[in-house]
Amino acid sequence: MKGYLGIDVGSVSTNLVFLNEGGIVCEAIYLRTQGQPIATVQKGLKELNERLPAGVKVRGAGVTGSGRHLTGVLVGADAVKNEITAHAVASLLLVPGVQTILEIGGQDSKIIILRNGVVTDFAMNTVCAAGTGSFLDQQAARLNIQIEQFGEIALQAESPVRIAGRCAVFAESDMIHKQQMGCGLPDILAGLCEALVRNYLNNVGKGKEILPPVVFQGGVAANVGMAKAFEKALELPVTVPSHFDVMGAVGAALLAREAVARTGLSRFKGFSVADSLFKTGSFECTGCPNMCEVVEVAEQGNVIARWGDRCGKWSNEISKEEKIS
Amino acid sequence: MRVTFPHMGNLYIPLKAMLNYLEVDVVVPPPSSKKTLNLGVKHGPEFACMPLKLNLGNFIEAREMGADTIIMAGGCGPCRFGYYAQIEHAILKDIGCDMQLIVLEPPEKNISELIVKMKKITGSRSWWQVIQAIRFGYQKALAVDEMEKTAFQVRPREAKPGATDRAFSEALTLIDNAASQVELAEARKKADTIMAGVARKHGAPVVRIAVIGEIYTLLEPFSNHRLERHLGLLGVEVDRSIYLSEWVNDHLLFGLVKNLRSSKDACASASPYLCHFVGGHGQETVGSAVNYALAGYDGIIQVYPFTCMPEIVAQSILPGVGSDYDIPILTLIMDEHTGEAGLQTRLEAFIDLLARRKETREAVNR
Ligand code: SF4
Repeated sequence: MKGYLGIDVGSVSTNLVFLNEGGIVCEAIYLRTQGQPIATVQKGLKELNERLPAGVKVRGAGVTGSGRHLTGVLVGADAVKNEITAHAVASLLLVPGVQTILEIGGQDSKIIILRNGVVTDFAMNTVCAAGTGSFLDQQAARLNIQIEQFGEIALQAESPVRIAGRCAVFAESDMIHKQQMGCGLPDILAGLCEALVRNYLNNVGKGKEILPPVVFQGGVAANVGMAKAFEKALELPVTVPSHFDVMGAVGAALLAREAVARTGLSRFKGFSVADSLFKTGSFECTGCPNMCEVVEVAEQGNVIARWGDRCGKWSNEISKEEKIS
Repeated sequence: MRVTFPHMGNLYIPLKAMLNYLEVDVVVPPPSSKKTLNLGVKHGPEFACMPLKLNLGNFIEAREMGADTIIMAGGCGPCRFGYYAQIEHAILKDIGCDMQLIVLEPPEKNISELIVKMKKITGSRSWWQVIQAIRFGYQKALAVDEMEKTAFQVRPREAKPGATDRAFSEALTLIDNAASQVELAEARKKADTIMAGVARKHGAPVVRIAVIGEIYTLLEPFSNHRLERHLGLLGVEVDRSIYLSEWVNDHLLFGLVKNLRSSKDACASASPYLCHFVGGHGQETVGSAVNYALAGYDGIIQVYPFTCMPEIVAQSILPGVGSDYDIPILTLIMDEHTGEAGLQTRLEAFIDLLARRKETREAVNR
C-alpha cells in the first residue's frame, strides 16, 4: 500500500492520519499533546507504523497546526501549512462544494468561507476562551457528566434556557444561577450550546456570509448538541464529516500529495524518526536588546533547526548549513 | 540638557540628525524590546494602548542612560494620543523619573510655529541654523524611506535568506552616521549600491500586499512583530500606507515638499465611505484601502493597537471597501498579549488565499 502521512500538532491534541492514494483515510490516531509535541509525534508515528500493514510506502508527509514548524523539521515534511488552508483542503475532499466551514477545537475557533472551491475569507479567535472545547470539558466535569454524553443529554431539552454566553466566566455563573432556579439539566446544557453558538457567530463569524453546504468540524463537532444549536441558529443543515476531529491532518496529507506531485520526491525521513533522539533547548541571545529566546532542535546531537530570533541571525545560519549538506 | 524621544521605527535617525546638527546633546533610547515593553506594561495603565506602554519604556531606558528631557509629539482628539505626552510625564514623575517635557504639537497654521518651538530646545541658534537642521533631518528621513522601500522590493526575491536584512541595516548605519549634507549624499550612493548588490532569484511569483492602519504600529516593527519582514520572507512584496517622510511633510511641514504622496489624497479617497475626521488615521486608513485596491494590489492588511478607536471605526467600514473593490482585507490587532504563532498562521493563510486567487485570475485572463 502507498499513501500520504498527515500530522496536525496543536497545543491540546496531536493527530496523525494515513491517506491512501485515492484520498481515503486508512488510519487515524488522536493523541493528547500534553506540552510534549516531540514525544507525542514520535509516539504517534510508532503507533501508526504498528497499525499499518508491513511494507507500506509513505510517498509524502505533511504537517499543520501550531507545532508545524517543529514537526516539519522532525519528520522531514514535504508540506508545512497553516491550519486554515489544511482544514479547507480536507473539507473540500470530504464534502465537495462546501461553502462554509465552522471549526471549533480545544483552544481556538475559526470560520472559513469558500467560494468555488477556493478560500475567500477566514477569521480566527484564539483570545477568548468561550466557545472552545476546553470550556465544554470543564462544564461537563463540573456537572459530573461524561463529555461524550453532553450532546445526547442536550438533545432531550424541551425548552432550552437562555444562558449569557458573552464569555466563559459569565456563562458559568449564569449556568449556576439557572441550576439554582431549578431548571432541568437537558435544558441547561442545550442553553449552553446555544449560548456558545451565539458567541461564536457574533465573535468569529461576524459579518461573514454563511452559505450552504455548511460543515462543522474540530473536536467540539462530536457534541451533537452543538451541531443542533448551529442548525437552529443558522436555519441551515450542518454536516459533520466522518473524520471531523482529524481534518487538519487529512488536509496536511492532501497538501503533501500536491507538494510531492510538484517536486517528484519526498523528504520524509521514515518511521525510524520515532526512535531518533531529539533534544530541544533554548537560549537567550544577547546580540541586541531584543534578547530573543532562540529555540534549538537537535537530532542525535546535530542542530537541525532554530527559530525565535527576530533578526534571522540564528535561523538563517541553519538554512545555510542545510544547503551545504 | 540631554534630550531623548520615543522610538517609532527609524524615526530616531532623522531626529537625531536634526538635533545633533543643532549641537543638542541627544540620548537615543535602546531599540524597543521585550524589556522596553515590560517596563511600559508594569508602569502604564492596563487599558492604554501599546504605543503608550512602549513610549514609557523608551523613556525609562533613556533615563537610565542619562537623559533628562523628553521631546514628544502632541496631537488633537478624538484619539487619546493627544494627551499621551502629559500622562507619560505624570507617570514618570510618580515613579521617580522626573524629566522635563517638551511637546511638539502639530503646527496649526504654518511651519513657523514648528521653528519657534524648535528654538525653545536650541536656545541661541540662529533661525537659519534651525531651518537647516530641519532640512537635514528631513533629507535623512527621505533617504531612510528610500532604503526601506527598496528592502520591501528585494526581500521576497532574495536568493539567500537574510541577505536583505543585512544589507538594509548596513545601509541604515551609513545614513545614520553621515554628519553633513555632503556626507549624506555620499552615504546615499553607497547605501544604494549595497541594496542593489543583494542577489535575487528570478521568476519567483510575488504577491503584493499593502499594509495600512495606525501610524505607530505601522512604523514601529517591534510593535507589529516585524510584520513587513515576515511578509517579505513569505514571498510578499509590501507597501505601506505611511512613510516617515510623508508623515513629517504632511503634519509638520504643511506639505512644503511637493510630489510626495499625501494623506490628503487618502482622505479624499475615503469618501463616500467616511467623509469626516474620526481622529488618528481612521480616514486615511479607509482611503488608502481604496487607493491600493485601485492600484491593483492583491490584498490589504490593516494593523492597529488594541483599543484604538479611529481604527475600529475604519475596521467596521473596510469590509464594504473589500467587497466593492473585490479585494481581501485582513485586520491584525496588536497588544502585549499578541502571540507570534497566531500571527504567523493568519499571515500564511491570508497569503495562501491571495496566491490562489491570483493564480485562478491569471489563468482566466490568459
Ligand atoms: S537573535 Fe537577533 S534580534 Fe534577537 S537578540 Fe539576538 S541579535 Fe537581537
